[in-house]
Amino acid sequence: MEIRFLYYEECPSHEEALERLRKVLDEEGIRADIEVVRVETTEQAKRLRFPGSPTILVNGRDIDPPSNAQYALTCRAYQLEDGRISPLPSVEMIRGALRVVNKNNLKRN
Amino acid sequence: MANLKIGDKAIPFDLPGVDGKDYSIADYAEKSAVVVIFSCNHCPYVRAWEDRMVQIQADYQGEAVQLVAINANDASKYPDDSFPKMKERAREKHFNFPYLHDESQDVARAYGAERTPEVFVFDKSGILCYHGVIDDNYDDPTAVKIRYLQEALDAVLTGKVPPVTETRPVGCTIKWR
Repeated sequence: MEIRFLYYEECPSHEEALERLRKVLDEEGIRADIEVVRVETTEQAKRLRFPGSPTILVNGRDIDPPSNAQYALTCRAYQLEDGRISPLPSVEMIRGALRVVNKNNLKRN
Repeated sequence: MANLKIGDKAIPFDLPGVDGKDYSIADYAEKSAVVVIFSCNHCPYVRAWEDRMVQIQADYQGEAVQLVAINANDASKYPDDSFPKMKERAREKHFNFPYLHDESQDVARAYGAERTPEVFVFDKSGILCYHGVIDDNYDDPTAVKIRYLQEALDAVLTGKVPPVTETRPVGCTIKWR
């Protein structure tokens, strides 16, 4: 499983998001290295198709694919399960995305 | 860092609002408190807090408190922060306060605002009494422990010094040209 964590330094929530990701990986018993990428320029954001900080990709797929993504150095809004907007993906969102990939991996094996 | 210190006088502004009118801080000379919040459309921290902004205005309406939100973000790079989008957001969220456009970013620079949302509370003499965040939990309104803005307003309305006068603003950076 390939996990990529993209963030923008000026957005305050990236450390907490990375901690959340690590915690969920641990709880799910998934041993995977996290590639942490600091996005520093608008050009890089466009090249990486970075819709905002933090962004978590599992096997290249965004855990919460945004519609109408604009690629920029910015914070990112996640809509939580209860409809609230948050700068962070929820634990459930992260867990759900990891479990889907894990399940697909098990099927293939 | 903010250019205003606690005890400083409000910096005047004259900006267009989403309702087609222009607004100046002098318009609120009769108010007991004016709350200037640097805000925007796209920032998830603003979006997490904005219902609370509306509620605070509603709660303090009778106390002659006026919130004013100002968006200074560069809409050429962040199109969700354009003036037409501001009008949509104000309608969608039923803003009960003016939502002003600081297109030149002069007001945000004068105030030294850095984040959205970033709060400046002025008393009836136009003196800065509180600067910082709305409360201590952007993520979960039910888990808020300290309502910094409301506590500041309660103090200002009774002629007292807020229990906390400064907190570190939390949110997205203002998007400068």
